[in-house]
Amino acid sequence: MTVADDARTRIATPGPPAAASEPRESEPVTRLVRLPAGGARRRAIPPGTLRVLVPALVLALWWWVTSGGRVDPSVLPTPRVVWDAFWQLASGDLWHHLSTSLGRSFRGAAVGISAGLLLGGIAGLSKLGERLLDSSMQMLRTVPFLAIVPLLIVWFGIDETPKLVLIAAATTFPTYLNTYNGVRNVDRKVVEAARSYGLGGARLVREIMLPLAMPSILTGVRFSLGVSILALLAAEQINASSGLGFLLYNAQVHQRVDILMVVVLIYALLGLAVDLVVRLLERYAMPWRSGVSAR
Amino acid sequence: MAVGGVGAMTAVRHALDRAVSVAGLHKSFGTAPVLADVDLEIGEGEFVALLGASGSGKTTLLRILAGIDSADAGEVWVPEVRTVVFQEPRLVPSKRVWRNVALGLARGAAARASATRALAEVGLADKAQAWPATLSGGQAQRVALARALVREPALLLLDEPFAALDALTRLRMHDLIRQLRARHRPATLLVTHDVDEAILLADRIAVLVDGRIRLWIEVAAQAHDEVRTQLLSALGVKTVATT
Repeated sequence: MTVADDARTRIATPGPPAAASEPRESEPVTRLVRLPAGGARRRAIPPGTLRVLVPALVLALWWWVTSGGRVDPSVLPTPRVVWDAFWQLASGDLWHHLSTSLGRSFRGAAVGISAGLLLGGIAGLSKLGERLLDSSMQMLRTVPFLAIVPLLIVWFGIDETPKLVLIAAATTFPTYLNTYNGVRNVDRKVVEAARSYGLGGARLVREIMLPLAMPSILTGVRFSLGVSILALLAAEQINASSGLGFLLYNAQVHQRVDILMVVVLIYALLGLAVDLVVRLLERYAMPWRSGVSAR
Repeated sequence: MAVGGVGAMTAVRHALDRAVSVAGLHKSFGTAPVLADVDLEIGEGEFVALLGASGSGKTTLLRILAGIDSADAGEVWVPEVRTVVFQEPRLVPSKRVWRNVALGLARGAAARASATRALAEVGLADKAQAWPATLSGGQAQRVALARALVREPALLLLDEPFAALDALTRLRMHDLIRQLRARHRPATLLVTHDVDEAILLADRIAVLVDGRIRLWIEVAAQAHDEVRTQLLSALGVKTVATT
């Protein structure tokens, strides 16, 4: 009792407790530090503000650098000029180009992601599938997909087919790798428990393996969707007469830096949109993870 | 297949009053023998604790009785319906609590009703709709217990189910186990290295040392302290005599 009381008074009155009496060598005095209270006060800035802070700073810097003739406008036009170029495009055929590109990207990615899921699932679930597929896939994934563009032209000509094949091929691998890894690294202990409770075969795969591998699978899908936009650009260098890649190529030929920048910004926004889509997908496909993620 | 009973579906034996009958069981991993010539009988509704230091083979024996691993040689007879509570809860994170309890049951209203009842028995009726990740360690282990009981097993296998829990939660779990046991009376094998837990819960205690059962003790017959001293000395722990 007395010990507790003693300790409490010491904490309650910060300051050197032994100030009055001289500290003696035989009796060392424990120095106490006062810990700050009220840690909840720090959340002043809403997260939305933080997210747009860096883009806003970049925009401000861009505006400052280009206004007042600090930089040659034919190298870096002002935000205003780029904005005007955007409106000019938007009132023209921008939407036609954008929808063409998105259509290609979407169709190619749908094929590639499906193939990645299927092959990754087979390799992850069965020993036979792993031996059959994995080394080939690991070998192919290191080939830069740009390297197969000339081959695709020889094989499929210069129409839509080589474009879709390129996007499909490029998007297969991220999904494959993450699906394969995710399925293989499912918690063996949970699987063992499920087996001991009578789950097996298709039911084990559907109810246990796939849901537990889902975080990894969706990471793969996210990568694949990102790659699909990358591959889109490469694909639209193949004799395209419409699409964002065509727009970019055309602007380069005509030295229109403003249009180049509009297209680059659209690519960036597409990346953002992809991220948003996958986040929604995650929330929908893994309701058990919302609010309990480890961060 | 050296083991009759476990793997072979056709072998059926009707033994009166016996839930587990093991004779001459051998098991080794590689060249190292884990279980050597183990005999074990557990009566219907009897609670047997299997004590042993880590590496003594006690979990291996439990896994063989569960049908997860198989014996190298010997005869193992177990009831058809047997369930395991593991050291970790091992809940499926993508299934709500009641679905975890109903895991592997035929889907339907009956499964849901019995899962809800089992959850009520372990005091977690209000958590039926929760996700496993939101549960505390003790709650998750109680869900695992409900999952084991919902099938009305003739043999309940407990593999150090309280080892990862804090002291207070463990005491509550002991009480819960005693209550549930009085109500359901499955034959139970508890694998543990906690001597006091074994004395508290079991009718009989076996001590496993280096893959062999060294000692059998009936708990009710002897005084608590005497049992404790005997068990600790069988495990090789020196005790100071308390007066």
